[in-house]
Amino acid sequence: MTVKFSRRMVLRGLFQGATVAVALPYLDCFLNNNGTALAAGAPLPVRFGTWFWGLGVTPSRWHPTKVGQDYDLLPELTPIASHKEKVSIFSGFDCLTDGKPNFPHATAGPTFRTGIAPSAGGALHGPSFDSIIASEIGDNTRFRSLDISAIGDRTNTLSGQGVGQMNPTETSAVALYQRIFGEGFTDPNSATFTPDPMTMARTSALSVVKDQRLALEKSLGTADRARLDQYFTSLRQVESQLALQLQKPEPLESCKVPAGPEDKKVAHDLDEVVQNHEVMARLLAMALACNQTKVFNMSFNNGSSTLTRKGSSVTHHQLTHDESIDPKLGYQPESTKFVEDIMKAWGTFVSVLDGMPEGDGTLLDHLLVVAHSETEFAKDHNINNLPIMLAGRAGGRVHTGLNVVGKGAPVSTVALTAMQVMGVPMDSFGTGSMQTNKTVSEIVV
Amino acid sequence: MPTERIALSSVAVTVTRMVLVATVLAFTFPAITSGQEETEPSGAMRRLTEAQYRNAIGDIFGKDIEFAGRMDPLVRPAHGLEVAGVSQISVSAAGLEQYARMAQAIAAQVVDEQHRATFVACRPQVVDSTDDKCAAEFFRRIGLLLFRRPVSEADTRALVATSREGTDLSKSFYTGLALALETMLVSPRFLFDIDVTELNPLKAGARRLDAYSKAARLSFFLWNTTPDQELLEAAASGDLHTDQGLDTQVDRLMAAPRVEHGVRAFFSDMLGFERIGDLAKDSVIYPQFSRAAKADMSEQTLRTIINLLLVEDGDYRDLLTTRQTFMTRALGVVYGLPVSDGGHWIPYDIPEESDRAGILTQMSFLASYSHTGRSSPTLRGKAIRELLLCQPVPDPPPNVNFSLVEDTTSTDRPTARDRLTPHRTRRACASCHRVMDPLGLSLENFDGVGSYRNEENGVPIDTSGELDGVQFDGPVTLGQAVREHPALPGCFIKRISEYAMRRSLTQEDDGWVEFLTVRFANSAYRLRALLKVIATSDDFYKPFLSSRNAIAEVQQ
Repeated sequence: MTVKFSRRMVLRGLFQGATVAVALPYLDCFLNNNGTALAAGAPLPVRFGTWFWGLGVTPSRWHPTKVGQDYDLLPELTPIASHKEKVSIFSGFDCLTDGKPNFPHATAGPTFRTGIAPSAGGALHGPSFDSIIASEIGDNTRFRSLDISAIGDRTNTLSGQGVGQMNPTETSAVALYQRIFGEGFTDPNSATFTPDPMTMARTSALSVVKDQRLALEKSLGTADRARLDQYFTSLRQVESQLALQLQKPEPLESCKVPAGPEDKKVAHDLDEVVQNHEVMARLLAMALACNQTKVFNMSFNNGSSTLTRKGSSVTHHQLTHDESIDPKLGYQPESTKFVEDIMKAWGTFVSVLDGMPEGDGTLLDHLLVVAHSETEFAKDHNINNLPIMLAGRAGGRVHTGLNVVGKGAPVSTVALTAMQVMGVPMDSFGTGSMQTNKTVSEIVV
Repeated sequence: MPTERIALSSVAVTVTRMVLVATVLAFTFPAITSGQEETEPSGAMRRLTEAQYRNAIGDIFGKDIEFAGRMDPLVRPAHGLEVAGVSQISVSAAGLEQYARMAQAIAAQVVDEQHRATFVACRPQVVDSTDDKCAAEFFRRIGLLLFRRPVSEADTRALVATSREGTDLSKSFYTGLALALETMLVSPRFLFDIDVTELNPLKAGARRLDAYSKAARLSFFLWNTTPDQELLEAAASGDLHTDQGLDTQVDRLMAAPRVEHGVRAFFSDMLGFERIGDLAKDSVIYPQFSRAAKADMSEQTLRTIINLLLVEDGDYRDLLTTRQTFMTRALGVVYGLPVSDGGHWIPYDIPEESDRAGILTQMSFLASYSHTGRSSPTLRGKAIRELLLCQPVPDPPPNVNFSLVEDTTSTDRPTARDRLTPHRTRRACASCHRVMDPLGLSLENFDGVGSYRNEENGVPIDTSGELDGVQFDGPVTLGQAVREHPALPGCFIKRISEYAMRRSLTQEDDGWVEFLTVRFANSAYRLRALLKVIATSDDFYKPFLSSRNAIAEVQQ
């Protein structure tokens, strides 16, 4: 008679005893049972993330002039100089709204992420492409995605499932640390593995909630039903998150549990936000290296940027409206300073990811990051020629270090490309003029 | 292999339990399918707001239960209330993860040694083993409160089975209870208020909310929390379906101090107080704007509102002119008033000769609708139009040159009025700005945080203004003009109807809005009378038809 082992069987057996600390070899069956290759030498996962900033760029100081490889770096892009070969710049990709209004700072973000121009500012009328990627690759990590805002604005997100749903963001580094490395975290490099019996019990208890679905659905119309479906999708994800905690994770060379960050109040002050962003970027990098998530959304500032600089009477957003273009310089001197500081933060972000060795390269080599803003030139609220960048080699799936010119193609082309690179089986994205089945051929390997 | 055998025998037990649990525990809604067959599926669901979730937990388990977590943010519909977002939102994976954490924290405290005696009325026979009878009693009692309707026998059995599994693993009866309680706290039945309808015996072919859904709607409206035991009993007995029974409950709820919770939640939403949390002021320009003052500013306005509308039962429109308010020392610094009592709120009557009267001259309005380092007549005028008169003003066209407005130190244009002249003289700007700026300019006596001034850059401030043909001069007469504006009461009715329904209004609500507007005028604009009319009106309890839901979706 052959007995098929299941994780549940073994755990159940173990939990009959008191507290259990299980030595590694004993739990080998867990690893095999998982189905995904956890044996040493398996390829490192390719992860995906977004990096958002508000209020765009100064066009004449940001867009490179040379197309293709070895593009030139204008003043606002110099912070990425040392990582240029791993970053591509996109120009000439547009947000087409088919006559829907351009809600200032609240149209281009949702349009890019969902391929659907919003009929109310900030609204996602479909799932954001990052969340589609998360559905594809995010199942076997603890977090489907990590959503972070470096500025103290909890609503600062462009990620969600549609149906009115936006992901909540983490704005505190301490809370982010707790979430990743606090309760529920298993150090993959720990010699012993002690599964928590109650985690097992919780998983089966949740299956009980799942059974409510049919009864509840019956009473609802289509729109409400879609919302309920979303709830149950989320429930499945929480379940698999719990299930993962019952497995001994594969050792990961780059994963080192960091010390907890200092508890600092962060609101809108630029210096504070810059610091908060760097601390959170390091935590995020470690979360990726420790395989806690494969997808993230990091926002530096918000669309109508509430960033303030000490001693200045207006916010970054107000400045982009109020400040004149200096006739001699040809740009807004104070506003451009904010862009420069934001691009410095982007440089830091890339640098943190590229500074973490992993496998035969760095974390950034196994990652694809789409960075973008919600406007090109904020003073004009222009949503065409949206500033977009791609960073990382995505495990060798993309060419990098290019200046790509879209010539008026919809931004959904970039979104579809990112999804396909990340293995989402999708051949068309967006609606109306945003609908596309084309990808950016220059970068796809 | 001994391990194998242990595993096998135990898994058999597990599987049996799981099947049992899965089969019987549907958390079913008996009311939906009870009686006659469903002809048209109807219903709506609203996620609990953060305040409602906190209030419900506090009311059911006590204020000393501690938990922390973030909920998915609500998306404020254009020109609507934030609370209408609860009819659009679901729960994201990250959001549910947070609910699960909160559930764990709450459940652990409910059964800990300090609290268990309060919530678990019975005592298990042996603490380290199961006691199904005792557990069932607990789930019935708590389930009624959490789910806002009775827990069916099948559901109770499933919860008992779950807790038994937890007890087996942990060797603690209470840990088992907590495990099952966690599942209740993440259930959609708790996180959402989902309408259940039944055939209306008084109207052939029509459906109505069942008594428990009715109780929930009433309680969330007036108390911003889950129904209490007495209201649930009125639902159980059928009293809530009688005019007299409903009346009794509405009066009871309105007589309780808790009605303040509902009124506060509504006005905070209507006046957009959530933006105060993110408000930043330049500390070099406004050293008087302290963290304490920021914390007190919305409270001052809410106290003004509660006092006038609930305590004094005054005229809603008098909010624009009232001189009765409340102060703290931190606010006094901004208002230029010495307030001696540091830690407490003191009632404060603004002198007749002062230029301050009404909520538009309070910090919560003046500072919110200003920039970090200067006032904004435009933002203030726009807010008056949109918040109080329901007259949305379009966003500025792209590519506007704002440079003239920006320079607050200009000698050519020393005051905001001078700087805003292009707004009113250039045609592209004037169409919108002429309806905003004249309102805001009359509030120029108050700087970007709300401190009083009568000149800017050494030049006296001209505070004359105009609202739809009515001329005035200065903040006090502006308040009077807004008070008398014909759109004021109707706008208020739209807002409060939206709040009551927790969704955006549709054309089908027009009749109800009109009815309420007439009743509001007839009662001389008394909020208490209005709350009562809403809470006892048939339309308030009208089921939200799914067909309409579907149509709305297509149109979108």
